[in-house]
Amino acid sequence: MHLHKYEKIWLTFGFAALIIFLSVVGVSAFHQGHTPAGGLQKVDPDNLESTPPFDKPGVHEKEDGSYEVAVVAEAFGYTPGEIQVPAGEKVTFKVTSKDVTHSFSIVDTNVNMMVVPGQVNEKTHVFRDPGKYLIVCNEYCGSGHHFMSMEIEVVDQ
Amino acid sequence: MTAVSIPNPERKLALTNLGIAYTAFIIGTLCGLMQVFIRNDALQLPAWLDYYQILTAHGVLLALIFTTFFIFGFFQSGMSRTLGAFGPKVVFWNWVGLIITTTGTVMATVMIVSGEASVLYTFYAPMMANGFFYVGLALFVVGTWVQSFALAGHYLVWRKANKGEKSPLFAYMTVATIILWIIACLGVVATVLFQFIPWAFGWKEGINVELSRSLFWYFGHPLVYFWLLPAYIGWYVIVPKIIGGKVFSDSLARLSFILFILFSIPVGFHHQLTEPGIASFWKFLQTVLTFMVIVPSLMTAFSMFAVFETRGRELGGKGLFGWFRKLPWKDVRFTSIFIAMLFFIPGGAGGIINASFQMNEVIHNTLWVVGHFHITVGTPVAMTFFGITFWLIPFLTKRVFTKALQRLALIQIITWSIGMVLMSTAQHVLGLFGAPRRTAYTGYQHEDALAWFEGIISNHVTMAVGGSILFLSASLLIFIVVQLAWFAPMAESATQETFPIAESDARETPGILENWTVWIGVALVLIAVAYTIPVADMIQHAPPGSDGFRTW
Ligand code: HEM
Ligand SMILES: [Cu+2]
Ligand SMILES: [Cu+2]
Repeated sequence: MHLHKYEKIWLTFGFAALIIFLSVVGVSAFHQGHTPAGGLQKVDPDNLESTPPFDKPGVHEKEDGSYEVAVVAEAFGYTPGEIQVPAGEKVTFKVTSKDVTHSFSIVDTNVNMMVVPGQVNEKTHVFRDPGKYLIVCNEYCGSGHHFMSMEIEVVDQ
Repeated sequence: MTAVSIPNPERKLALTNLGIAYTAFIIGTLCGLMQVFIRNDALQLPAWLDYYQILTAHGVLLALIFTTFFIFGFFQSGMSRTLGAFGPKVVFWNWVGLIITTTGTVMATVMIVSGEASVLYTFYAPMMANGFFYVGLALFVVGTWVQSFALAGHYLVWRKANKGEKSPLFAYMTVATIILWIIACLGVVATVLFQFIPWAFGWKEGINVELSRSLFWYFGHPLVYFWLLPAYIGWYVIVPKIIGGKVFSDSLARLSFILFILFSIPVGFHHQLTEPGIASFWKFLQTVLTFMVIVPSLMTAFSMFAVFETRGRELGGKGLFGWFRKLPWKDVRFTSIFIAMLFFIPGGAGGIINASFQMNEVIHNTLWVVGHFHITVGTPVAMTFFGITFWLIPFLTKRVFTKALQRLALIQIITWSIGMVLMSTAQHVLGLFGAPRRTAYTGYQHEDALAWFEGIISNHVTMAVGGSILFLSASLLIFIVVQLAWFAPMAESATQETFPIAESDARETPGILENWTVWIGVALVLIAVAYTIPVADMIQHAPPGSDGFRTW
């Protein structure tokens, strides 16, 4: 098979760029821990009331000083209905759904999590700036999808 | 002398497919028009109609029905043109397939229109539509398989009769696309037949949601390549002929199609990067495989511009860019496809961002994604199909694509481009702000959300103006299609539209490229590597199944 000289240069350059790019993404993911939201824990969507941490939705301070926020999504809102967390601390969101698939997406941050029934999704985030952030559901979940939102307040310590 | 075309049975088949495609197109774009006006609160819907019902129709009609019917019409005409007349069996099975596909389409559409299936074209569980919606989807896919096998049969007959020869490039690429389609559909057929249908009819309780999402996306990504490859056939095989050139390299063209088959299937997780139930390792592995399609994409870009430059220089273009001005810009069959290619440059770049693991979190499920697929499938693919339509319909109906219609066609593609730039730029920008996709009018009663719509580009007006221009353009296209189908003057042999097929020198093309067993084998191995463990894990460690919900 014949390759034109310019095409060889073009493809070599493209392939090299690709390898460098994927290496950067890979190192950032597995060395520095920048992976998108995920998690392998399962729950019974019909029995969340007796499944920790969703039996007590809300903000919990953990022993190591970080925070855990358990959230249950349901058409068309979230429990708890209000969240307050400190700025500058590690906050781990754990979310699941009681009914259909939703999302838990905090505008102006990288917290953008699918909320799938039966599964627990996790993401850790540190809020730098205090203020009120909008949380929206960005996965279509029914006729009230475009109203499904809440606010999270990040306070100075 | 009378005008020539392909034999009548194939003409009828192809025209029926194209007719259904454009019927879906005009209804679908009308839905799009309504969407842009509902999103900015200029249009109030009656109680029996809902935004999400319209959006379901828009997605299904344009992304699934318009594309698929068009593609089969194009394949049927091209296979007859390059391999010779269909035998009676091939004609018969194509009709059987077409009828099954249409039955499925009608079934699914009736369910959507009657409000029984406002689940969008992705139909994510555990939202539960009327069971007949899923039956319609299954029939749709099975019908396309029957048409695919009929075309493959035609190809096999040709190969038997032409032992040792390489097939014409058009036929080769058609077969590659069909193979991709059949392997891809296995995922959606599995989830619809074994998960959705038994669950929706109440034969089985509970559905494994994460498994159904993964099977859907196993299909959903190669689906976009099923749209794209026929457009690439237009780019590789048809455009060179229209401008008077040749295929740049037959072997590279074939190799790129093989690479598209290999690297477009084991990659569905890049649509699921932000969801639980899949370990990071597998998400990352599929991300790496996803990026391999950059290689055939770069090959395609190189080939296209090589053809343009070679031809431009033959026509006397001098200097670094002089050849560019020599290209036949007034020929709408070429200009349409050239613009389509231009749109694909930002479209492809956006795709790289979307698939970039961490960066996906910034844009996932925002309006950015909507902007993205309107400048990939909504323009590069769709406008290539428009460009093909301008000669394919008169070729099939033996009518003339008159000067007046050619001028209208130029206006059509220019207005489509303008409308799309406005609408998709607004959508990209809104998405970066964080505005979610798939939403009716909303400001979330929150100042942050209200501020999204205050920008120069991102305000409510831009998208609506873009959408309106697009719909005008769509109507103009339908006018042209109707003229070419029924009213344009009948052609004489001299004015007859041809089916352009560029010469492609296959003498040096390695025979292994046409050994499908090998490539299907490699594809299946890659799929097994990328999917076996995570999917087995989803089944073994499944949470209790979900009940169905009707939240619309
Ligand atoms: C008149 C031309 C068009 C207009 C005005 C238009 C408008 C829109 C709008 C506003 C949305 C987003 C709605 C939302 O997320 O809330 C949308 C979604 C979409 N459009 Fe278009 N569009 C047009 C043509 C097309 C074409 C030609 C295609 C493909 C061939 C297409 C495919 C889609 C798809 C797949 C979606 C996503 C549906 C979903 O989220 O379920 N559109 N369109
Ligand atoms: Cu929602
Ligand atoms: Cu994809």
